[in-house]
This record gives sequence, structure tokens and C-alpha cells, in this order.
Amino acid sequence: MTVISDVLIVLLLLAGAFFSLVAAFGVIRLPDVYTRNHAASKSATLGVMCIMLGTFVYFLVEHDLFSSRLLLGIAFFFITAPVAGHLISRAAYNSGVKMWDKSVRDDLKNKK
Amino acid sequence: MAFQILLNVFLAFLWMFLQVSFNAQTFIIGYLLGLIVMFGMRRFFTHRFYMHRVWAVIYLFFLFLVELIKANIDVLKLVLRPKLNMRPGIFALETELKSDWEVTLLSNLITLTPGTLVVDVSDDNKILYIHAIDIGEVSEAVDSIKNSFEKAIMEVSRG
Repeated sequence: MTVISDVLIVLLLLAGAFFSLVAAFGVIRLPDVYTRNHAASKSATLGVMCIMLGTFVYFLVEHDLFSSRLLLGIAFFFITAPVAGHLISRAAYNSGVKMWDKSVRDDLKNKK
Repeated sequence: MAFQILLNVFLAFLWMFLQVSFNAQTFIIGYLLGLIVMFGMRRFFTHRFYMHRVWAVIYLFFLFLVELIKANIDVLKLVLRPKLNMRPGIFALETELKSDWEVTLLSNLITLTPGTLVVDVSDDNKILYIHAIDIGEVSEAVDSIKNSFEKAIMEVSRG
């Protein structure tokens, strides 16, 4: 039982750290604000959620502590991260930040 | 729906008073018994039996979770690929959803879907402007995902 939970905790923490690392790579590598936002708003969300879930399971199994605040933190992050990504890209578009040159379509240009 | 839940809680309290034992266990038993009674009486309600909607919400949540994991694998492949050969762009998507919370939920789902991010919503809540990271191959596949999301949300909001 403890072996299973140990493996689960380690996997969750490593996956979370890996996704956060990929998000950081994406922010460095991708060419413009919008594509960077893709990496930041998705990978960072799952990364932080995995780490929090791993912490939750650790305290539950090793210390018999049901930390409901971690669950609330996961829920809040789940709700707010996509909204933040949306607002940042919307603010960027409205203040006239150009898209990457190889972008193919822009339907928002002729918005009524 | 709120009326049905309230009625169910009332039935559970009725069960607690009949049993003369006031604790959580009796409440839960009373709630389940009330659920069975209400299921039997469901044709007298003006709306659907509310467990349908609860089930739809649970389904939507798991859809959300699966899409989030798929989105991450997508971004992972894109970022770690040695050459950047994507074609980003913004396309418009018309939605049939009416109320504010439905549109909010849909745009949250789209933002966490593989390769799409909502940039703007038109003033009349009819059109979503979506930035796709790879527009050529995704556009149609994304449309089908939208249909499944839109259907799942409608399933929740149907009266």
C-alpha cells in the first residue's frame, strides 16, 4: 500500500515539475505572445495541479492529514488559469501586438 | 432543479424526525430514500429529474480533465520538436449558446483544449475568436470538439 502511494506521489511530482519545465521552454522558444500564451496557460496549469495533488497525497498517506486547502487550491487554479490566459491575449490583441509573420488567418481583424 | 434539491433535503429531514435520530448517517439514508421516492414521482415535476443534470456536470468535468491532459501532450510535442513548423492563426466560431455562464464555460473549455485559445468574444456573445496554434490540420477537428463540448454544456443547461 505504501509502495503504491510512494510511486504515485513520485510520479505526480515529477510529472508536475516536467510540465512546468516544458511551459518555461515554450515561453522561451515560441515566436509571439499568443503562441507563448498557449504554453504558459496549459502546461503551467497541469504542472501546478500535479504538484499540488502529489503534495496532497503525501500528507494524506504519510502524516494522516487531510489538507482540504490543497484541494481548494487545485480547484481555484483550474478555474482561474484559462481566464488569465484569455485576458492576457485579449489585452495584447487590443493594444495592437502583432502576430508572428507566418500566421495564416486573422478573422478578428474584420470584427464588427 | 433547486426546488427538487430542496424537496429532497426536506424529505431527508422528515426521515430524521420519523427516526428520532439526528445525525449525518440518518440524513444520508433519508436523502437516498427521498431520491428513490422522487424518482418514482418524476413525471409530476415540470423539469427533468435533477440527477440527470448532476450526471451531466460530472461528465463535463471528466471531459475537461481529459482535454487538459491531451492539450499538454500537444504543447509538449510542439515545444520539444527541433523545428518550429506550425501555422498559427485566428478563426471565428459561431456558438449557439445563449446565457453568459454557458459562453464563459465554453471559452474556458476551449482554452484548455489542444492548440486553441480564446482571444475575444463578440459583443453579442454569438462569435468566439479563437487563436489556433496550428490552423491547417486542427480547424476541422477542433470544430468537432466544439460540437461535443457545446452538446455537453447544453445537456447541463437544458431545463
